[in-house]
Amino acid sequence: MSNEAILHGQTTGHAHDADHGALDGHHHHHESFITKYIFSQDHKMIAKQFLITGMVWAILGGLMSVLFRLQLGYPDQSFPILESLLGKWAKGGIIQADAYYALVTMHGTVLVFFVLTAGLSGTFANFLIPLQIGARDMASPFMNMLSYWFFFAAGIVMLSSLFVETGPFSGGWTAYPPLSALGSASPGSKTGMDLWIISMALFVVSSLLGGLNYIATILNMRTKGMSMTRLPLTIWALFFTAVLGVLSFPVLLSGFILLIFDRNFGTSFYLSDIFINGVGALPNEGGSAILYQHLFWFLGHPEVYIIILPAMGIASEVMSINARKPIFGYMAMLGSLFAIAILSFLVWAHHMFVSGLNPFLGSFFVLLTLLIAVPSAIKVFNWLTTLWRGNIRFTPAMLYAIGFVSMFISGGLTGIFLGNSALDIHLHDTYFIVAHFHIVMGVAGMFGMFAGIYHWYPKMYGRYLNNTLAYIHFWITMVGAYLIFWPMHYQGLAGMPRRYYDYSVWESFKQFTDLNRFITTVAMIVFATQLLFLFNFFYSIFKGRKVKSQNPWGANTLEWTTPINPGHGNWEGEIPEVHRWPYDYGKDGHDFIAQTVPVGASESKH
Amino acid sequence: MSTFLTIAVIVLVFLVIFQIAKASEYVAILKGEEKSRMQSNKINGFLMIAFLVLGLIGVYYCNELLEPKILGESASIEGEKVDEMLYLTIAVTGVVFLITQILLFWFAYKYQEKEDRKPFFFPHNNRLEVLWTVIPAIVLSILVVIGLRNWFIFTGEAPKEALVVEVTGHQFGWIFRYPGKDNTFGKKYFRNIDPANNSLGLIWTDNPGANQKADPATHDDIVIPQNVYIIKGRPVKFIINSRDVIHDVGVAHFRMKMDAVPGIPTTMWFTPKFTTNEMKEKTGNSNFVYEISCDQMCGNGHYSMKGIIEVVTQEEYDAWMAKQKPYYFAAFPEKDTSIPPSAPATVPLDTANTSSTVSAGTATNQNKLK
Repeated sequence: MSNEAILHGQTTGHAHDADHGALDGHHHHHESFITKYIFSQDHKMIAKQFLITGMVWAILGGLMSVLFRLQLGYPDQSFPILESLLGKWAKGGIIQADAYYALVTMHGTVLVFFVLTAGLSGTFANFLIPLQIGARDMASPFMNMLSYWFFFAAGIVMLSSLFVETGPFSGGWTAYPPLSALGSASPGSKTGMDLWIISMALFVVSSLLGGLNYIATILNMRTKGMSMTRLPLTIWALFFTAVLGVLSFPVLLSGFILLIFDRNFGTSFYLSDIFINGVGALPNEGGSAILYQHLFWFLGHPEVYIIILPAMGIASEVMSINARKPIFGYMAMLGSLFAIAILSFLVWAHHMFVSGLNPFLGSFFVLLTLLIAVPSAIKVFNWLTTLWRGNIRFTPAMLYAIGFVSMFISGGLTGIFLGNSALDIHLHDTYFIVAHFHIVMGVAGMFGMFAGIYHWYPKMYGRYLNNTLAYIHFWITMVGAYLIFWPMHYQGLAGMPRRYYDYSVWESFKQFTDLNRFITTVAMIVFATQLLFLFNFFYSIFKGRKVKSQNPWGANTLEWTTPINPGHGNWEGEIPEVHRWPYDYGKDGHDFIAQTVPVGASESKH
Repeated sequence: MSTFLTIAVIVLVFLVIFQIAKASEYVAILKGEEKSRMQSNKINGFLMIAFLVLGLIGVYYCNELLEPKILGESASIEGEKVDEMLYLTIAVTGVVFLITQILLFWFAYKYQEKEDRKPFFFPHNNRLEVLWTVIPAIVLSILVVIGLRNWFIFTGEAPKEALVVEVTGHQFGWIFRYPGKDNTFGKKYFRNIDPANNSLGLIWTDNPGANQKADPATHDDIVIPQNVYIIKGRPVKFIINSRDVIHDVGVAHFRMKMDAVPGIPTTMWFTPKFTTNEMKEKTGNSNFVYEISCDQMCGNGHYSMKGIIEVVTQEEYDAWMAKQKPYYFAAFPEKDTSIPPSAPATVPLDTANTSSTVSAGTATNQNKLK
């Protein structure tokens, strides 16, 4: 009991008052359990729904990677427990090849779309856009709710595909036809693939509903004084993310629709000259398998920026607040976000240098791809300058923001290898690319997400996460991520192909047995550490230390002017007016000057 | 039993960590927020610089450990250019990596919160922005120029004297075809494929029903599964096809790679520098072989889709080639004038009749033609 008292202090009653205050605001309306927690139209609740669903998927997807890493690390060892869990997919306690490929495919799909797209931008776009621009909710709360439920439905369909008899789709997350189009070529391309496409189609609908809403809200619902150049960088990043999604997801859907036709209605968009063992020659002629790759990567490449832009925005915001210093080069940050958004539509074919694409066409994509390194470099140097001569507080969010920059540098630099087609010809589809995108997109994206969760958790739940657990979580994850992915570059330099179930029969690649075992071990430790985070998250919702100050981080942005536990509608009374940009930290001797403070007469200009 | 023990240990570790975390939170509150923040700030600041130092040592150690395990010298002349580019890119990005990572963690350590420190209000500086826009742009342009020059060599026309071999991928293996004495690949059509005796669907005979005329150029084509022979010092050009899904001809030792796409032929060429035997000596591995790995996900047997490239001298190649029979004779042994008709060469056809269910039509056609 005394412990509880220490934890929550004497102001518990005060925080409670704030609770009531929010509910007593003019937006007060009675909500049932269903309208408050399930079919909620409050953007904050929808954000939490996205977050928690994303976390469930992250655990599932992470667990899948642990399972297939087990196969890579211990290819000859039998784990009887796997057979009792997975049945025929792990006959004799050894994960079978078809199960391995299903796990790899599902891990990729789930992490890229459900966790790093929906979980990251779904959560923070929903949570931050109205709060940081000064709006009571999204432009269309109903569409917002639909967006979540389409995502939820997509998840259910994907989950159900794990339980069909022929297994889930197993042709890699990119789902290249003809493999994905022909059930006779791979058992995973039967019912599992139908469910995969349906799930992805639902997901596209979800992200379009969400994206249009984000754009409409940011453009139309900013509070008085909140001009576009006074928006926090998180909002700019989420804005560009939404634009990318709205422009590229429909192209993916069109690609999928053609795939559905090829699979079910006998068309030949992607199929030509195919003879399948045991089936014979197929009737299809005149299609192009490369067409699908164009359609897929026209989304696929913007997709990696859909993942990384929100993380960049969050890192910028968190870094500025905790360095107690303005973000360096706000306009340059904005310009580089814009440049990345534009260029991301012009580089898709760098995934296809060795696909049979015309090499002359490929050369333009080399140029444009390496061009994208310039705005990325600008961002990195701006982050570094933001830290320079700051007064840095290592909150867990700040640690993750710094970790994000480190990962973004490491993974971004290897992009220069892969974007250069003459080097890609050696490194393509090896472990080098696995290392590259896991560091720059997977880990960096996750780090951005963790930074966001640690930073805005007090706003979401009115309580703090446990700091010690957070620090342990950060340092193990940071060290572990490098230990897992750094050595993979060497495997890639050796030409070791990705997506191999077993390397023991390969004279050229079997020298990495010990390394594979090491990576698997670290992966398991890192995965266990994520469970620690998960525990911290759910435990702190109910038992965490209560937030007592309205603005615990000393931040300038509008979300910290709302009550500690804001109700639906966010502000009691009037929405505050904005008078300045959000990065006046350490100006004229003030620690911070909130956006709502009018510009004083004697204030220095910048 | 051991599983449960492991789980029990993990749970116990979790509990201990949780208790420590809980206790330290109480202590922090008792000490006061400000003071405990300063304390954890110091620890994390130290960890930042420790991570940097240990990380850099780790990078060095990892290189010492793994560098000998990568492939070594390129086995093709063109691959040398890939390696040159690789080392140049490693040098350039390595410098940037060191500078930025050191600055990142050093700044984090150096500028950690101190009570008497006033953060420097420094919102922008156009000169700096221009500096780090222009320098990366210049460096990248250099890399692009070198890269594209090599790219056009790799993807350009193969030299005239190149040995031409057709490579066809299928689930899960490779089939190679040499044009034979006439130096021309005969026509093929995928509907003629019969895995038993016409694995590529060569157009051997007239088939008026399908509007096909026999292509005599097919009659001397040599078809071999799995192992391909090429000549040291002579450029080789692969014409790459796929019979079913997308595959990829990955030849890591030669630093080349190209997809095999059904319906869309692709090409790749390179000049091997060492024979397989020379590589056995060079690597000290008596089992050394040049392997073709499929590098594009192609189904559940993807990981086992191996081909072997035998690089031999011209003499060895000639001797080997002299022993090869055109594929046509395997299917139509009676056309082979070099062996007496009584020889037991009819075996392939027999197996064809029993094993091929799908292409029964083709098989009966051929029986009729006999």
